[in-house]
Amino acid sequence: MVQMRSGLVRPGLIVDIKKIGEMTEITETADGGFRVGAAVSGMELSEHPRFGKVWPGVLEAVNLIGSKQVQGRASAGGNLCNGSPAGDSVPAMIAAGAVVTVQGPSGRREIKVEDVPAGPGRTNLKSGEILVSFTLPPRPAGSGDAYLRMIPRTEMDIAVVGIGVSLTLKDGVCTAARVGLGAVAPTALLVEPAGQALIGSRLDDAALEAAAAACRAACRPIDDKRGTVAYRIKTAGVLLKRTAAIAAKRAGGH
Amino acid sequence: MGKLHVTTTVNGEPMEFLCEPYETMLDALRGQLGLTGSKEGCSSGDCGACSITLDDRLVCSCLMLAAEAEGHQIRTIEGLATGEKLHPLQQKFLEHAALQCGICTSGMLVASDALLKKNPDPTEEEVRFWLAGNLCRCTGYDKIVRAVMETAAEMREAAR
Ligand SMILES: Cc1cc2nc3c(=O)[nH]c(=O)nc-3n(C[C@H](O)[C@H](O)[C@H](O)COP(=O)(O)OP(=O)(O)OC[C@H]3O[C@@H](n4cnc5c(N)ncnc54)[C@H](O)[C@@H]3O)c2cc1C
Ligand code: FES
Ligand code: FES
Repeated sequence: MVQMRSGLVRPGLIVDIKKIGEMTEITETADGGFRVGAAVSGMELSEHPRFGKVWPGVLEAVNLIGSKQVQGRASAGGNLCNGSPAGDSVPAMIAAGAVVTVQGPSGRREIKVEDVPAGPGRTNLKSGEILVSFTLPPRPAGSGDAYLRMIPRTEMDIAVVGIGVSLTLKDGVCTAARVGLGAVAPTALLVEPAGQALIGSRLDDAALEAAAAACRAACRPIDDKRGTVAYRIKTAGVLLKRTAAIAAKRAGGH
Repeated sequence: MGKLHVTTTVNGEPMEFLCEPYETMLDALRGQLGLTGSKEGCSSGDCGACSITLDDRLVCSCLMLAAEAEGHQIRTIEGLATGEKLHPLQQKFLEHAALQCGICTSGMLVASDALLKKNPDPTEEEVRFWLAGNLCRCTGYDKIVRAVMETAAEMREAAR
């Protein structure tokens, strides 16, 4: 809308996809996962009685997108397709292991969230394809997720670094972990080595430092008024530790 | 593209209008519908001066296409007072002088009303976060936040 108003884009045709049921519904799948329509707004997601209990990190990331007014409209689907490297919901969705269903003229396909963005403002969707929904996997007992971003202001700002962590603990030992990293590369990233560094550990200092180092190593940030390269890289490590601590607390450990 | 015919409800009244497919709700309100209470501060979703509710959900009317109003319930600042009787928020904004130039005021009131409907007993922090999408160049926000907090307290008292 903003780009249209300022004349940056001049669409020949505008299609309102919000009247398609599948795109606006939140459903729990038979196996205990969630399907969230690509056009579900942040406010609708926060009003869902169960979603935020199971995926508090994804919800807090979606709810960081803009003001309450923006929340009333903006969707995780739009946030992902917008292709901003700093889109807040994207690292949390990556950490959650979410998969998107894409519908095109010749049928449907499923893509992992981390494989959707292609670069700033670009996605790997083909011409004629639209995002239909996100599918979040079933949650084993002892799981928790979290999203933190660093912004220079307290609200209404664009992330300098954003990190999503999702993990599962069994008797204090981390059995599964995924880390999504945003705003420090041309696209949001899945940092597999960071997750690997946590798995098998009791989230002790050494494991957290190894995961933080993996995040720092994955950074290929820009230098701009919001943060220098050195600042963004350092912050990525710090945020990893803080985010993992929140996810672990929600998982029932520490 | 031809003009679209839209049938909607604004402040409880059925309304119909014609619009271009790319026209915003804010343009339709201020233009054909003659409801100029909603203001245009930025047209990019940043200032909140154009705040309205769409099926009771707070949105920026500058980020909504007019055609999307079809079949939905729109409420604007014009629907806040009951006839000549100001809404408690409006009354309290006056008492606290929570406005100077007034450009942000309609948006502040619509957003505050949406907050109090959802949460009749907000903390100061909750009020400030809720109103983070409403910018004011004049008041420094304090009087606005105080007016909202006091209205909330009085409305809770009245509801007892
Ligand atoms: C004031 C303001 C503050 C903001 N703050 C933040 C912030 O803090 N953090 C943040 O991450 N973002 C922020 N944003 C950016 C923006 O709100 C998000 O990117 C938002 O999630 C877009 O969602 P939407 O549903 O409105 O998508 P739209 O704006 O409608 O679409 C965005 C793009 O994605 C495409 N698209 C949308 N849905 C689909 C689909 N289903 N299939 C294929 N393509 C699709 C559209 O064609 C368009 O190119 C802000 C925006 C504003 C105006
Ligand atoms: S005019 Fe709509 S937010 Fe500023
Ligand atoms: S009173 Fe002037 S912008 Fe708020």
